[in-house]
Formats: sequence, C-alpha cells, structure tokens
Amino acid sequence: MDFRLGEGSDALRDEARRFLDDNFTEDVRERMHSTGVHHDRDFHKARVEHGMLAPGWPVEYGGQGRDALEVLAMAEEFQTAGAPTYAGSTTLMVANVIRHMGTEEQKRLIVPQALAGEIVIVLGFTEPEAGSDVAAAQTRAVRDGEEWVINGQKMFTTNAQEADYVFLLTRTNPEVAKHKGLTTFLVPLRQPGVEIQPVFTVSGERTNLTFYSDVRVDDSLRIGEVDGGWDIMTVGLTFERSLPQGGDSRRLLRAMERWALTSVDDAGRAKSEDADVQARLGRAAAEIEVSTLLARRCAWVQNAGTLPGVEGSMAKLFATEALTRQSADFMDMLGPDGIRADGDPAAVAHGIAEYSYRFALGTTTYGGTSEIQRNIIAQRGLGLPRA
Amino acid sequence: MDLNPSEEQQQLIDAFSAFYAKECPVERVRAAESSGHDADLWASLRTMGALEMAIDEQSGGWDASLLDMALVAEQHGSYLAPAPLIEAQVAARLLARTGGHAAAAALGRALGGDHLVTIALHPPRGGVLALVPGGSAADEVIFFDQGQLKCVAIVDRARPVPNTGSMPLADIAVDSGSVVLESGEPAEQLFESARDDWLVLMANALVGVGSRSIELGVDYAKERHAFGVPIGSFQAVAHGLADAATAVEGGKLIAREAAWAADDEAARARELACFSCGFCAEAAREASYRSLHYHGGYGFMLEFDIQLYFRRARAWPAVFGEPTHMYARGAVERLSAVGSGL
Repeated sequence: MDFRLGEGSDALRDEARRFLDDNFTEDVRERMHSTGVHHDRDFHKARVEHGMLAPGWPVEYGGQGRDALEVLAMAEEFQTAGAPTYAGSTTLMVANVIRHMGTEEQKRLIVPQALAGEIVIVLGFTEPEAGSDVAAAQTRAVRDGEEWVINGQKMFTTNAQEADYVFLLTRTNPEVAKHKGLTTFLVPLRQPGVEIQPVFTVSGERTNLTFYSDVRVDDSLRIGEVDGGWDIMTVGLTFERSLPQGGDSRRLLRAMERWALTSVDDAGRAKSEDADVQARLGRAAAEIEVSTLLARRCAWVQNAGTLPGVEGSMAKLFATEALTRQSADFMDMLGPDGIRADGDPAAVAHGIAEYSYRFALGTTTYGGTSEIQRNIIAQRGLGLPRA
Repeated sequence: MDLNPSEEQQQLIDAFSAFYAKECPVERVRAAESSGHDADLWASLRTMGALEMAIDEQSGGWDASLLDMALVAEQHGSYLAPAPLIEAQVAARLLARTGGHAAAAALGRALGGDHLVTIALHPPRGGVLALVPGGSAADEVIFFDQGQLKCVAIVDRARPVPNTGSMPLADIAVDSGSVVLESGEPAEQLFESARDDWLVLMANALVGVGSRSIELGVDYAKERHAFGVPIGSFQAVAHGLADAATAVEGGKLIAREAAWAADDEAARARELACFSCGFCAEAAREASYRSLHYHGGYGFMLEFDIQLYFRRARAWPAVFGEPTHMYARGAVERLSAVGSGL
C-alpha cells in the first residue's frame, strides 16, 4: 500500500500551483464575486495555453495523456484555490461523450474547438418537473426533414450566457417508457428562439432558466441514436466520477486555522489554545482527509482500468455533506461575527464561513442529490433491494 | 498510490481472518463477557506471533510495520476478540524502542511466556492508573508519570471494572515498586509515540467493528419483511445504512493511511493517528447504532449479536478519551505546523 499519489502527480500539482499564482488573480476573483459567474474567459484561455485544461486527454487531441491520479492532483489545487472551472468541466464532459459516442464529423468539428477553449458547452438536463428523475424530461424535439424543432424549458443551465452550445436532453418519443424516448442534441445557443433568463442563488452564484421556442437544430448535431439518449446520459455521468473533493472545505479550514492562530479571546488567550476551537478544527481536518481519500480512491480505481461507481457516490455524498456540517460549525465557532459577510472589514477572511454555509446548499444537490447517492450506495454497494 | 495490500499483507490478513473465524466465533466472545478476557485465545494469539510481530528483529521479533499490525487489528475488531492484543503489542513495541537494561528485562518477561505486560494510556491520578486496557488480565503495566516512563508489577490480579464494552479494564494503584525505564524528554516522546500507535491500531480495530456492524444490519434488512417487503427497500432504512457504510469506508482509508504514515510520512503521523481514531470511533458508533436500531426490538435483545458491537464501539476507544479529545490533540499538531509557517 502507498498513499503517495506519485511523482507525476506531485509535478503536475506544483505546475498547477504556479499557474494559479500567476493566473487566478485578484481581478479574476473580483469578477467572480461581483457577477456570480464561475467561468472566466481569460482564465479559461490561460488554462488552454498552459496545458491546464485537459491534461488527461490523449496527445492526439491536444492533451498530455496524464493518468487519473495526476489529473486529480491538478484538480485538487484548482478546487482548493476556488478557481472558476465549472464551464471548463461541462465542456470537457460533453467533448468526452462525443469522443466516445459521436460521429466522425462531430469528433472532427467539436472536440478540437472544445479543447482549444474556443467553445463552451453547458448542460441542459434538469427541468422544472424533472430534477433527480432526469429521465422524466419533457422538452420536445420533433423531426422536420434534416432538422429537429425543439420546444421546452430547462432549469439551472449554469453558464448558458457564456456558452456556445447546450447539451440538451429532449423527448423524441412520448409513447414509450420514459427512459426509451429520449435523445440528446448539441444545440447552438446563439439563435432565435433561445431565451436565457438569469437566476440568482443563495450563494450568489448565477445560473439560468433557458427557454426553447421552435428552436432548430440540424440532425448532424444529434449525439447518439434517436431515442438512445439515456445511453448517452449514462456514459456522460460516468465521466463525472473522478472529481476532486474536499477542496472547498480545505480552503475554509485554512482560513479558520489562521484565524485561531491570530485571534484572542476576551482574556487575551489565543483562540488556538481553546479546547473547543481545537476540537472543531480537528474534526473538520479529519473529515477533509476522508473526503480527499474517498475522491483519490476513485481516481486510483480508474487508473486500474475500472470505472468508479459506488466509490464516486460515496466521495460526492461524504464531501458535500461534510462541507455543509463544517461551514455551520465554523459559523458557530466565530460567534456573532460568524454572520459578517464579505464587504465588511470585520468579517473573518472575507466572510468565508458564512459564504461556505450558503455555497454548501448547492453542492448536496447538483451532480445528483445526496438522496440519489444514498440510493446508489444502498442498492449497488450494499445490495439492498429497490423500493 | 496503491490501496491494495501487498501480497504478503494479504496473506497476513487471510491468516488472521482464518484464525479468528476458527478460534473466535461469537459464542466465545459471549463466554468471555464477564471478564472480557479469554486466556486460551490470548495463548493462541501468542502462538500466532502476535507479540513478535510488534517488535524489531534485534529484540527477537519480526519487525512488522504498523500497517501490517493495523491489518490484523481490523480483523481483531471485526470478531470482537476478547484478548488484549493492541495494548500488549503497543507495550512490547514501546519496550523494544526504549532500550536499556530495565526495558529489555521487561520485554524479556513479556515475550517469555505467561506474563502479560500492558500500557496505561494516561498518567496516574492520586496514585491510581484508571481504566488500564487489559489491566485486569495483566501481570505488569507500563506508565508515564512526571517525566518518567516506568513499569510496575501487578502482584495480585487487579479487580476488573464492570464496563459498557465487557473489556478487561482495571484501576491499578502504583504507589510502590515501580522501576524507571527512561526519563526526561526521551521518556515523554516514547510515551506519546506509543499512544499514537495505540490510536492507530484502535482506529483499525474500530473499522472492523463498523464493517461487521454494517454487514449485520444489511443482512437483517434484506431478510426482515414488513408491510410485505424487505425493510431494506425503505429509504428510511437504506439511507441510514448508506451513510454509515460511507463513513466506515472512509474510516478504513484514513485508518490505513495513518498506519502507513507512521513509517512513510512522519511529519503527519501524529495528526493522522488522532484524526483516524476520532473519526473511526464515531463511524463505528454510528454504524452499530444504526444497525441495532434497524433490528427493531430484536436489536435490544441480548441474543442478537449487534448489541455486542454497539457496546464495544462506544467503550473500546473511550479508555483513551472521547473523539472530541482526539480531534483536539490532532488539531494542536496541525496548528503548530501551520503556526510556524505564519
């Protein structure tokens, strides 16, 4: 057994740190905070230029053929820094689907643009009446010659305002079982009939509602077979299983440790010597270690040639629930000052605890709710019967 | 990164797993409930080389890594074996590291035969070592007191303290006859390292307790029907088990990492020892509580095995302290590292 990630991972981690020092500037942070948009065009371009977008991709696609643990080491640094990576991740995920399931023409046209940072692709799965039950999607696509006509509405189309395409899950056959009548398309967003309506969230992050009225898409942008959309979704979601975890918690913990070392109580005693403070910091540090290890296990499994399944659900469930607990606990630890938000000079570390408390709310939902992850763990991991 | 045990480690796991399956069925655990100690089982473990593995070759041992010992501890925990394996191993390892005539003599006694040497995890208060693990079965105890590492013979077998986990605990008076093994800074370092070893091995034993608790709960939830379906199909049951299983799996990773770090990442060894034991203690508590509860009224009956795990999960690590105390000890370690960088 060996818990070191390895020399390749260490090297790429160092490279990522240097890259972040140079490119995740105060300007980028300020733009993220003022707009709530966790995508930055300059930063995204810089990632491409420095080989920090898709190092895990094969060399012939412009990647570096790095293994899953190497890519994870880089991704851990980006997550711990709080850098804007979300649109990059969705773009690469869809590019990966196309690489495995797309036509030769799609591979030639879309994938190089995605890896060159020339296009951004966002996800259009969730609908007002279909969240966790994603296969209940009702957005309709109807064939019209060589084109399809799309009508419907998607929720949480994050970064749609920044994007060129939405990877859209549509219903093409309402007559069959819900999983069997779905088809996916790569729909150009900058065209008449697409309406993007901003939605602001408790954490300050901006997402969108997107509306599609008689939107036309060429059949050449259909991904996979007609009514074969569920297969595409299944493949797409497996690419999401080796994500870094614990980075947001680690950033929070570092700020709280610094606070403990530099603050005193009314009697002038350092907070770092308060047993209650120590216990809270220690518990969070232990949980973060576990979050990190569960995520690294997924990459290790992937390196061994198996797709992580239950391992991915455990990593996501544990890390996001832990962030939810920790941010609440640290707000309590800070006392009344815990509610001071960014912008108040007296807020501890720009109000990171109260920000994390709000940010954590999204993490236990997107990418599959905690309840969905528990179902997967119970059924596929523990072998318990379905409801 | 490689999360698989080596071939040799797998053989070790297989050997001890087969040993416990044969020598320590749950009837044997129940039979030892009153004293918490099964002398025959301990003798068999000695024959397996349980103490020799804990010490270096020069001292007459196998020089196993803490990770090797941790893999055995996990098996020990999953069978709730009523034998003071962890304390005796930690004591022997400490004696071998201490060196000097007095420690060598004590190690000789520990390895010699029917003479159990254990360790007290806290200094005496008012001349009494409280809740010494393995204390009611021990012939000798190592302890730390006012800058000195000492050992003392237990002349008359100490009276067992009745306790939640049916463990062989004793309060041991150390007012006279103790022998100094080491003094000053080295003594304190040796003692703290021994405590770290104990925390790591306990963390791994608790992984065994937690894993077996999940198995018992899952098996029951598949078999037991209510309202015409297996109760494991209800999310109220399934989700509690999924959460507990996730924590135990995570606990297994951090417990093994902590054991690995003892040899391979010394700078983080202490914090990981503390964090792993605190985390695994809570994970084992939760897993055994959930499983017991999903047994319904049966879980409350002595006849069902889950109660054995539920009681042990709570009591076993408590002789060191509550999880919060372990987290705080680990945080102090981290804060001193972070503080020196500020």
